[in-house]
Amino acid sequence: MSDIEKSHAQNIRRRVLRHILTNGGGYMSQACSSAEILSALYGRILNLGPSEGAPVPPPFPGVPQKGKKTVTGSAYNGEKAPHRDRFIFSPVHYALVLYATLIEFGRMDPKGLELFNVDGSSVEMIGAEHSPGHEVTAGSLAQAISQAMGFALARKLKGDTGRVVVFMSDGEYEEGQTYEALGTAAFHKLGNLLVFVDANGFQCDGIMTGVGCVEPMKARIEAFGCTAEEVDGHDIDAICRAATHTDPDKPHVVICRTDPCHGLDKLRERWPRLHYLRFKTPEERDGYEKICQEWEKA
Amino acid sequence: MSLPVIKRPHYHHLIAWMADKPDHIVMTADLTGSCEADGFRDTYPDRYFSMGMAEQNMISAAGAMAREGFFPYIHTFAVFLTRRVYDQVAMSVAYPNVPVRLMGFLPGITTPGGVTHQAIDDIALMRALPNMTVLTCADATQVEAVMDATEAIEGPVYIRMLRGEVVRIFPEGTAFPLDALPILRKDKGAKILLLTEGICTEYGITATQSASLQDVPLIHANVAAIKPFPEHALHNLLDGITDIVVAENHSVIGGLGSLVCECIASHGLPIRVRRLGLQDVFAHGASRAYLAHELGFDADGIENALCETVSRTACGGLDMRREAVHSDAKAEGL
Repeated sequence: MSDIEKSHAQNIRRRVLRHILTNGGGYMSQACSSAEILSALYGRILNLGPSEGAPVPPPFPGVPQKGKKTVTGSAYNGEKAPHRDRFIFSPVHYALVLYATLIEFGRMDPKGLELFNVDGSSVEMIGAEHSPGHEVTAGSLAQAISQAMGFALARKLKGDTGRVVVFMSDGEYEEGQTYEALGTAAFHKLGNLLVFVDANGFQCDGIMTGVGCVEPMKARIEAFGCTAEEVDGHDIDAICRAATHTDPDKPHVVICRTDPCHGLDKLRERWPRLHYLRFKTPEERDGYEKICQEWEKA
Repeated sequence: MSLPVIKRPHYHHLIAWMADKPDHIVMTADLTGSCEADGFRDTYPDRYFSMGMAEQNMISAAGAMAREGFFPYIHTFAVFLTRRVYDQVAMSVAYPNVPVRLMGFLPGITTPGGVTHQAIDDIALMRALPNMTVLTCADATQVEAVMDATEAIEGPVYIRMLRGEVVRIFPEGTAFPLDALPILRKDKGAKILLLTEGICTEYGITATQSASLQDVPLIHANVAAIKPFPEHALHNLLDGITDIVVAENHSVIGGLGSLVCECIASHGLPIRVRRLGLQDVFAHGASRAYLAHELGFDADGIENALCETVSRTACGGLDMRREAVHSDAKAEGL
């Protein structure tokens, strides 16, 4: 077992819950479902150099425009070099979880999270390309996988050996653009594209089966010409084992089946409205406070 | 005076122009021959990418390739580059201000393909996007010059392209007028200014040569740079002008006519602006000549508008060059 990554995953949940308690709301279920995936990625799967981002992100320098050089949050994922992987983060409402992950893996100072959703900061609630750990503006969902496909094609043309690794949510498999990207990536034989899906079965309106249809996800992805593997998304070793291309000419997708309340049973009280945690009563808040304090003692 | 007509100017120019630009690539979505990029495909297969009939993905992928140092020239119909993928253009290309070149073919009513194929709102949509440059070609010379002009533009560019049999108005080799309004006629003492974009420029030339307007002092200028718009060049023409007639192959909402009104109003100038174009209606499947006449922005329509401006009475009945629907200069009848 990967005890180090497991403790990282628990720490990500703890940091997110503490943040939510301090700020009165946040994306908790996403931390519960994806903490092991992001720990596996940053701990073992991604080949990244040390962070080149400022430990505490400086104020947002402004939107891209003529004559203004802009930088993306990819600096927190290290140098861009031919042999390094590139990490593309797609469901950017998970930004809080990514920031907690960057802190957990020494890529951002904990003080950086104090800038979350603060006016004038780049540590935005819904991450954009200037936000730490982000490289593209992905909030209009399913555009990131297409952009990753473009990066993968560009890197293939340049002869880079590093991969383009995407983190997605399962809701994005309702968007037609996702399938355009998978089909086109397969057509161009982009074996340097690796995708992880946090398949937690939930989206903004609730349980995905009540909103739309994405299953059978593995068969769909394979039908579009990619390889796919399904794993327990809370089993870090299993995630890492699945993170290898089985065909060098095909994009590979790892479907991580996850539980949006993993590690935080109290969250099940809100079932099936899990998208955003905002405390309804002082008693509910106290309950979460108690759990967080226990986690912080551990 | 009849103007020379050039067959497939972009087809030939694209191949020649791309020869020494290894980081310039072409992407298409199943309309390669229809956008005169088939010669490029066959000449430079390593720099040509078929992205499938999947425009959303193509736009986002092009944005990423531009971030990686490539210059993607996306060739497809203007409708599919603007309306169909507006969010992808906004978020994957315009926001990061990356050098993706959107080559929009079949602007306005240049196709008999009907409402699905006619981009009547593309200028309005693209103008509204921050960081986006918007250019529109009036003739074969501008078609051949426009890619050179994009080289100095750091961000994305949307271009209304012409294909097939394209008239040549400006001398071959003339640079694309990014910062000017090329003058087609300028009479002393003119009170009326005619501004035309795209195919309306040829219509405007025919209209202003008509018998009814020969002795009326006029200025006729072409607008090729929609955004940024060379506002100073407009101001240089306004001395003594009381009326502007704008003719565009586009909806009168959000296009060149709107743009001119914004300029005039923001300077508080006492000038009437009459906008010819699609008057907030969709078009339908028919020939260019038929539609431009029906919609009132062909040579007759422009002549009428100018005559009404002079004397408040209409005239009309001009001969216009008609483009064949089926021609060996086009991949299909569209």
